[in-house]
Amino acid sequence: MTVIAVVLVFGFFTYNAQVNMENRGIDFGFGFLSQESSFDVQFSLIEYDGSHSYFRAYLVGLLNTILVSVIGIVFATILGVIVGIARLSPNYLINKFAAFYVEFFRNIPLLLQIFFWYFAALRALPLPQDAEAMFGISFLTIKGWYVPAFIWQNFDIFFYSLAAAIISIIIIRVRAKKLQETQGKQTPVLLISIGLILILPLLSFLVGGVRLSFEVPVLKQLATTSFIYDGGVSLPPELIALALSLSLYTATFIAECVRAGIQGVGKGQKEAAASIGLTPNQVLKLVVMPQALRIIIPPTTNQYLNLTKNSSLAAAIAYPDLVLVFAGTALMQTGKAIEIVSITMFTYLSLSISISLFMNWYNNKIAIKEK
Amino acid sequence: MSKINFLKPDKSNLYIFLYLGSFLFFVSVLDVFLNSFFSLNLTGFLPGFLSFLLPLILGFIGLYFIRIELSGIKHLDLLNKHINTNNFNAILSLLIIFIILKSTPPILSWFFIDASFAGDSKDVCTGTGACWTYIKVWMRRFMYGMYPNGEQWRINLSFIALALLGSVGFFATERFKKYLTLYYVIIYPFIAFLFIFFFISGGPVFFDFSYGIIAAILSIIIGFFIPSKFKFYYFLIVPFALYVLLKYFIFYEELIELGKLDGLNWVETGAWGGLSLTFIISFFCLIFCFPIGMAFALGRRSGFPLIRYISVGFIEFWRGVPLITVLFMSAVMFPMFLPADFFIDKLVRCIIAISLFEAAYVAEVIRGGLQALPRGQYEAAKSLGMGYWRMHIFVILPQALKLVIPGIANTFLALVKDTPLIFVVGLLEIVGMLNLAKTNPEWLGFAMEGYVFAAIIFWIICYAMSKYSYNLEQKYKTDR
Repeated sequence: MTVIAVVLVFGFFTYNAQVNMENRGIDFGFGFLSQESSFDVQFSLIEYDGSHSYFRAYLVGLLNTILVSVIGIVFATILGVIVGIARLSPNYLINKFAAFYVEFFRNIPLLLQIFFWYFAALRALPLPQDAEAMFGISFLTIKGWYVPAFIWQNFDIFFYSLAAAIISIIIIRVRAKKLQETQGKQTPVLLISIGLILILPLLSFLVGGVRLSFEVPVLKQLATTSFIYDGGVSLPPELIALALSLSLYTATFIAECVRAGIQGVGKGQKEAAASIGLTPNQVLKLVVMPQALRIIIPPTTNQYLNLTKNSSLAAAIAYPDLVLVFAGTALMQTGKAIEIVSITMFTYLSLSISISLFMNWYNNKIAIKEK
Repeated sequence: MSKINFLKPDKSNLYIFLYLGSFLFFVSVLDVFLNSFFSLNLTGFLPGFLSFLLPLILGFIGLYFIRIELSGIKHLDLLNKHINTNNFNAILSLLIIFIILKSTPPILSWFFIDASFAGDSKDVCTGTGACWTYIKVWMRRFMYGMYPNGEQWRINLSFIALALLGSVGFFATERFKKYLTLYYVIIYPFIAFLFIFFFISGGPVFFDFSYGIIAAILSIIIGFFIPSKFKFYYFLIVPFALYVLLKYFIFYEELIELGKLDGLNWVETGAWGGLSLTFIISFFCLIFCFPIGMAFALGRRSGFPLIRYISVGFIEFWRGVPLITVLFMSAVMFPMFLPADFFIDKLVRCIIAISLFEAAYVAEVIRGGLQALPRGQYEAAKSLGMGYWRMHIFVILPQALKLVIPGIANTFLALVKDTPLIFVVGLLEIVGMLNLAKTNPEWLGFAMEGYVFAAIIFWIICYAMSKYSYNLEQKYKTDR
């Protein structure tokens, strides 16, 4: 009975879709993905112009979405952890300051915050010709943030040396843990790790022939009143506004997760750890944090997912993310509503599912192993 | 009096340290205060860098001196305990005090002192402060959108009436308390719908929608008398059948006439907007997403595999996609799946889309509550001979919903904060109206005022909601 109902409903919708598409003269299919897109995108991480295919436009949008999500996640995590710890501070002022921050930013719609930063706050920045240099190398202007570009020579050698350093650190950590468990010897893992991660890449500069130089942006006059910075990397104001508001907004939720996690560790745990002679730092590192992380990680994962999904608000300020490039411009040009909207939704769905799978794996790894 | 060691404040020289420390602390705060409020620079004779850092250094030394444990002076101990526990905290406290002192004058002057309130044209806004005249002039648009000025009493009347009807619960006597749930779940939404339908729209806007509502309510009422064995199939078929029946066979002419009230002009939904639209959308989505979410939460724990899979698929799908793509779907993709002569209003599509989206979140929250209940509750209810619906309505759901009040409140807050997204389909609630007003050539350059205004309104709404949910949580907290 239920099956029949479900089949009937789906059949009804499919039939309607077919009739509608026939009426409008559209045919269903994904062939348009390889056609020439003939529209341009303001900001892209990979090479792209109008002569590339729709599929490449999709990639451009996807990469831009991932870029802003990753930036947002990094900053939101840093800020959220700091604010979350500050909310537990015995210091009255810090505590109230953090509480004020959380209550303030979480109760204002994200879209409004994005508009505020983009249309009101960032519009107050100076024009390129009036901008003052920050540390002499980067310029924050109304047209974006111009930062120096790295120019690498033999980047692969540097990369391999960094990878080698990280791998050897992991090996050393595992061995040190084994040593401590079997013989009780303590190894200064942290010192060795810092040394390795500094020395190996440094060696690659000295011996491996790696060269790094900076390309500092330089002011260039286009017309009498129009200036622009040449060289370097320019971060468009859309990206800055979006990343800023996403991280400020999500940080409030992460802060609450962190606070709940640390509060969730029983007082007796800390007292017991202190009574067996651990120092406050050791208590935090060996007793409180491992237990708190178990409480913190699942809700924080949800916040990361929310941030990724919220990054689709980029369409409102014309940051060329997946929704704007693909579900906006490409949809207008091809008229293939069903295909494009389903591809977009499917992409977000798989992004969400992959993040949550990774986090589930990590969560399982640090969960209590019951014997 | 023993020898004074300035590196180690101790109790034997308490008063020397106290006076010296508080003096230094006071000087540092005074310096920043004078600097920010009267732009006097007491330390201007020093080199720039030192002059900048001097208050911090002085204040730090001052706080270091007065950090004496168990001094016996109540206020000093309190101060030390709260803002001055160690060097790091002392510096952070100083920084926060300085930031507050520094940021107060510019904020105050922007908001009040230099701001312009009077007049009704752009000419009065010449100062450096905010131009609240802009808000004043555009107030009607921010509140009611493009709704005709002469008709706005209809929105006001409806909202006042709905607020009064909504507050019935506070005045109900003991005798009527038991009917409150019925009232809020079925009667109140129906009245609200009628208000919106008759007064605010004043015409056949919600037409297809209204059939749906009537069909749903009729079928729910009849559903009470259906034996529980057939209830599931009943709810699967009858509402839809009733809807088709209503739409195509019965009362067709009468219902069209019903939609037109004498003397009221029809206002199409495209003209609705501003804060009132925010309220309308939030209200309807709140009403719809809750039962849908509850149904899917129960479906996810159902014994029938097919229902379970459908529920899981539904929940995970909506939770995995951003709302903006859902609205895109409702705008461009959804009409493709409907018969060609079947038109659903933009606003209604929006409300359906947001309700389904939030229902998935509500479902997950409620599922959390259902899972938190011990098995004994289910078993006890079953052992009393209760059926599935009886058990859930009288035993399981009341307890589970109590547990998840904070979660549901958070979802509702998210819903209110998501309403501005309807700009995607071209409906302009308050944030959309701000963006429209901002581009008006006569009023360029006042984006900041508009956003601050909307932010204050949203902040008040959301903060009030979160406080209310906290109160509710405390009220219904039962020890177990």
